[in-house]
Amino acid sequence: MTMAATFAKRLIGSRSSQILCTVNSTSSTASTSVARAFCSSTTPITATLFPGDGIGPEIAESVKKVFTTAGVPIDWEEHYVGTEIDPRTQSFLTWESLESVRRNKVGLKGPMATPIGKGHRSLNLTLRKELNLYANVRPCYSLPGYKTRYDDVNLITIRENTEGEYSGLEHQVVRGVVESLKIITRQASLRVAEYAFHYAKTHGRERVSAIHKANIMQKTDGLFLKCCREVAEKYPEITYEEVVIDNCCMMLVKNPALFDVLVMPNLYGDIISDLCAGLVGGLGLTPSCNIGEDGVALAEAVHGSAPDIAGKNLANPTALLLSGVMMLRHLKLNEQAEQIHSAIINTIAEGKYRTADLGGTSTTTEFTKAICDHL
Amino acid sequence: MSRRSLTLLKNLARNSNASSSCLLQTRSVTYMPRPGDGSPRAVTLIPGDGIGPLVTDAVEQVMEAMHAPIYFEKYDVHGEMSRVPAEVMESIRKNKVCLKGGLKTPVGGGVSSLNVQLRKELDLFASLVNCFNLPGLPTRHENVDIVVIRENTEGEYAGLEHEVVPGVVESLKVITKFCSERIAKYAFEYAYLNNRKKVTAVHKANIMKLADGLFLESCREVAKKYPGITYNEIIVDNCCMQLVAKPEQFDVMVTPNLYGNLVANTAAGIAGGTGVMPGGNVGADHAVFEQGASAGNVGKDKIVRENKANPVALLLSSAMMLRHLQFPSFADRLETAVKRVISDGKCRTKDLGGQSTTQEVVDAVIANLE
Repeated sequence: MTMAATFAKRLIGSRSSQILCTVNSTSSTASTSVARAFCSSTTPITATLFPGDGIGPEIAESVKKVFTTAGVPIDWEEHYVGTEIDPRTQSFLTWESLESVRRNKVGLKGPMATPIGKGHRSLNLTLRKELNLYANVRPCYSLPGYKTRYDDVNLITIRENTEGEYSGLEHQVVRGVVESLKIITRQASLRVAEYAFHYAKTHGRERVSAIHKANIMQKTDGLFLKCCREVAEKYPEITYEEVVIDNCCMMLVKNPALFDVLVMPNLYGDIISDLCAGLVGGLGLTPSCNIGEDGVALAEAVHGSAPDIAGKNLANPTALLLSGVMMLRHLKLNEQAEQIHSAIINTIAEGKYRTADLGGTSTTTEFTKAICDHL
Repeated sequence: MSRRSLTLLKNLARNSNASSSCLLQTRSVTYMPRPGDGSPRAVTLIPGDGIGPLVTDAVEQVMEAMHAPIYFEKYDVHGEMSRVPAEVMESIRKNKVCLKGGLKTPVGGGVSSLNVQLRKELDLFASLVNCFNLPGLPTRHENVDIVVIRENTEGEYAGLEHEVVPGVVESLKVITKFCSERIAKYAFEYAYLNNRKKVTAVHKANIMKLADGLFLESCREVAKKYPGITYNEIIVDNCCMQLVAKPEQFDVMVTPNLYGNLVANTAAGIAGGTGVMPGGNVGADHAVFEQGASAGNVGKDKIVRENKANPVALLLSSAMMLRHLQFPSFADRLETAVKRVISDGKCRTKDLGGQSTTQEVVDAVIANLE
């Protein structure tokens, strides 16, 4: 049974393996046995790693160290942002880097600073378009031991990543009048709604809320809502609700425990996911994962490259580490994911080793070592 | 003379007993009205839907108790109507000032929002929400005193949508230099007239380079004319994050239409909730006062049935209205009474953590009026 699952996984790809695993087993022991069978067949999983710029290389080192200590069977294929524009991709990312992600189907990305200038696409835009990354998933939960004004946050924001207000279609009608197009399609909305409900089901979440402004933007957000409703009918065990975005903002800052899984179009998703990151402690602690077609998952740290502390061993690797954990869960390596996750939580909760942005004095290497010790 | 000193002594006595000495009634220094300014002014009143009638009734009661020199011309407007009735528009144009409750817009129903229609027809291009911590009301954030000035007529709310082919819908966001300039001018003028030190423009110009870029350009031009006021810009997602982390850094914020909606509701939420924040819409000729931030201005059926709507927001907005009509002393009395009720903590509606009904809050406010 487990051998068959291994073959099936390699043939069909990790997306269907998710379905396979959820159909086969609901207990974690069965899935870990599948995973163990996968890795005990001594073929480690290859994953692409983009260390990025600024503090990127340091925190990528941290991730590699923690993963090796935890015995995670991953072989990293490192790719760097080039110094010249690759004509095949129209950006500083080379075709080889993109092919690598397409091949491995899983990757981890550090912060990248887009060089200023013309004649090339932004790096994030390149990745998004070329890999067709349609959903951005960001879990936000209060870290025990790191006190912010909010203690009971436990929600996931799922944001449509390809269209909406960020289509980039603007033009000047006449001097002093500019139009910007917001595009909503049935296909993209269905896709992200499907992923949201599937995620809610596989992670044991009970409620999905669709965030919209359909009282004003009736056709566009109305279409988004219609698609969400269609998908909701297929998952009767999950409660579905619709919340207008201004209500949502207010409820989030007053009582974030009211929300569970949030699904929304591009612009609202951008703002709400950053708002939620602010509730739990900022972008330095927030993991995120971009999901693409064909089961591609690119986990990334959403903070900036912080050039002012680059190379000084002061950076906080938590965001990249937690993104790595998300990646492991996507690969169904739940046991190791749990191990590393607990180690990170315990290290931060203990309070002895914290980097400067959390109010402590440790260096990156000390923090990493503390996590390894907790494993 | 002796009557005034008696009132002052009574104030001092009461306030030394209560611990609300910071709410001692201060009088505006020698406000000299013109003869005839005290004749009653007409104000259009639109109760609206949901909790609207409850809270506007609260305002009517308090105005009567104060003997304020205004009288209301009440009109019934509901959110399902396709247009605001002509007689209502005429009344507002005649009176120039209106007080309204929320109008419920059916979601995705093909009926365009009457709130937006009203603002466009009267060209109320600036929407203002003042979000501040009320003394005595515990919140997670301290030192919040933010005014959000939001462009009210164009942007994403232009209402221009169409279906390109089945399954693909487009919506146009329109930004014009004319509207961006006038909202920027209003924001800086407001800051100047109210002794505010900083104006922050909220945008997403890294993605929407032309549209929000035009908005920013207009703001920068106006900023040059006010060298005494600090001007800075912040991207909207970072702005929301900073609002929940460090709200004390913001003073006056000027934003296009949609971001203004989000920022105003977030700021209202952190300072105590939309049930207490005053605000209104103003244009060159008219002003419409309503609950500041838009979330919950129609409220849920349960709140309506149990009569537990929070009238504080509309009461404070009506105080703004009294100042707009140049009755500062009545405005001060009303504000002081409301703030005293909140700080006492005995009469609070559900959204502030209490159990009182609307009527109980109104009675408390009237009792606290001098």
